[in-house]
Amino acid sequence: MTGRRAARRKEPPPLPATDAKPGPPPRRARLWRGVTPWLFLIAPLALLLTFTYAPIVNMIAYSFTDWDGVSPELHYTGAGNYTELLTRPELFEVFFVSGYYLAASALQIVAALYFATILSFNVRFQNFFKGVLFFPYLINGVAIGFVFLYFFQDGGTLDSVLSLFGVHTDHAWLGTPTSANTSLAGVSVWRYTGLNFVLFLGAIQSVPGELYEAAELDGANRWHQFRYIIAPGIKPVLSLTVILSISGSLSVFEIPYIMTGGATGTETFVIQTVKLAFQFNKTGLASAAAVVLLLIVLAATWVQRRFVPDDRVDLV
Amino acid sequence: MTRRVVARTFVYLSLVLATVVVLLPLGVIVLTSLKTEREMADDSGALSLPGDLLNFHNYVTAFQDGEMLSAFANTAIILVFAVSGTVLIGSMTAYAIDRFTFRFRKLVIALFLVATLVPGVTTQVATFRLVNSFGMFDTLWAPIALYMGTDIVSIYIFLQFVRSIPMSLDESARLDGANAFTIYRKIIFPLLKPAIATVVIVKGITVYNDFYIPFLYMPSEDLGVISTSLFRFKGPFAAHWETISAGAVLVILPTLIAFLSLQRFIYNGFMKGATR
Repeated sequence: MTGRRAARRKEPPPLPATDAKPGPPPRRARLWRGVTPWLFLIAPLALLLTFTYAPIVNMIAYSFTDWDGVSPELHYTGAGNYTELLTRPELFEVFFVSGYYLAASALQIVAALYFATILSFNVRFQNFFKGVLFFPYLINGVAIGFVFLYFFQDGGTLDSVLSLFGVHTDHAWLGTPTSANTSLAGVSVWRYTGLNFVLFLGAIQSVPGELYEAAELDGANRWHQFRYIIAPGIKPVLSLTVILSISGSLSVFEIPYIMTGGATGTETFVIQTVKLAFQFNKTGLASAAAVVLLLIVLAATWVQRRFVPDDRVDLV
Repeated sequence: MTRRVVARTFVYLSLVLATVVVLLPLGVIVLTSLKTEREMADDSGALSLPGDLLNFHNYVTAFQDGEMLSAFANTAIILVFAVSGTVLIGSMTAYAIDRFTFRFRKLVIALFLVATLVPGVTTQVATFRLVNSFGMFDTLWAPIALYMGTDIVSIYIFLQFVRSIPMSLDESARLDGANAFTIYRKIIFPLLKPAIATVVIVKGITVYNDFYIPFLYMPSEDLGVISTSLFRFKGPFAAHWETISAGAVLVILPTLIAFLSLQRFIYNGFMKGATR
């Protein structure tokens, strides 16, 4: 609060006005002016090309080879890696795991929408609830991993809570693929609902308040207000969230890697790629897998853009 | 009237339920971190209270044996370099793109735009080979360069702000004989303060919490950052939940303090950061 006020006060002193009109700049100055923007862009562009575009090009090149990432020798294998990816079912199974996270994202979006809606109206302890809902998003992933390893342990938090209600299970929560993936996806809901919540909250607050008042005068209830004012008002954020959820569900890594290391059928696409590349030295195959993931994400983005044209991307 | 009351009750019930769901796992970890080894072995359940609420023994163990001090130091170094680099690079890019018309401007914009569509994790295998060939593997420079080089979101945030600074300010400075660098340094950069605050917060939290990049690029034990050092607790403290919990609390605590003191800015930061 104070920081922002201070920043506003510190505006630079008004510059003295001059009436002198600039003549046409001399040639050297014009040349200088042509170079100037590039002087500002040289570092950012160099970083962008090195760390984003060069890897993409290399990755596509590696994906057609049998390179192990170490030896100087590599052979061109054509589409061999891609056929291997598509024909070995165990390599493809990781996409079913993404299904759990996709389902979790749906739940997460609904929960975030619900809480954002109720907390944008008058509720007691509003700020407390907002803080509680958002805070998990800020927590370190490894710490979350440990918190929930203990949560799902035999005799851990979950079992203890259940026994309070007289439910005693000898269920190993991370023991079977279905239950392990459900548990992990649940952690992901716990972790990311807050981000969606804050995004929705911001969007809802940008809806002009008079609209609600007018609607209330017309006898609209909360559901009507949500359906006809809030929902259309936050459509761009909602569609952004959906696309983030899809690419997020495909590139899950941290939580399952920390909690199970990919055991009991919880291996995700990224865990598999990391293992292929860095444990089994199959750089070629891993690159092909990464290209497939990239194509899926790009396709999802494209489809989303087709259905919900985002008129807010106005960079130019 | 009664329907209103029922609805109200439902709203508060759901909020309280959500609060329990969020705070319970964290609260239990705090309880566990205060228990002694004996108490853990007694198996009285995760919800039981520790005998001594001021037993900080596990924190000392976690801090010393987990080499948390060097982890916090490494994280701090990376944070300072990566965040200031991001601020500098983002603001320069935004200034160049917004205030100049030059050849290939559209191409440059397109390059930055398309890069947002590529999730970082997908290209990691190839990036790894590249970083390795620069000799940056297993040094602090690898994460610093990667955090600086791939942050498109901050460029967007800066671009929004640069656009809102009136051109007339630049023009009058130019008439006074200021060149483009002086204008950037003396006018644009100081006026970007709110955007800088946003970027520092969003980027700072990302860097502090990131696991993937330090895990892949800095395997050496003495280069551990807080996430990788905490991850290593899994080995030596395998079943010692009281020590692991203390380590987790140590890592979460700075985030909690930052969040409580900067709450408003953090919300705003994420709204601006993510909707762009």
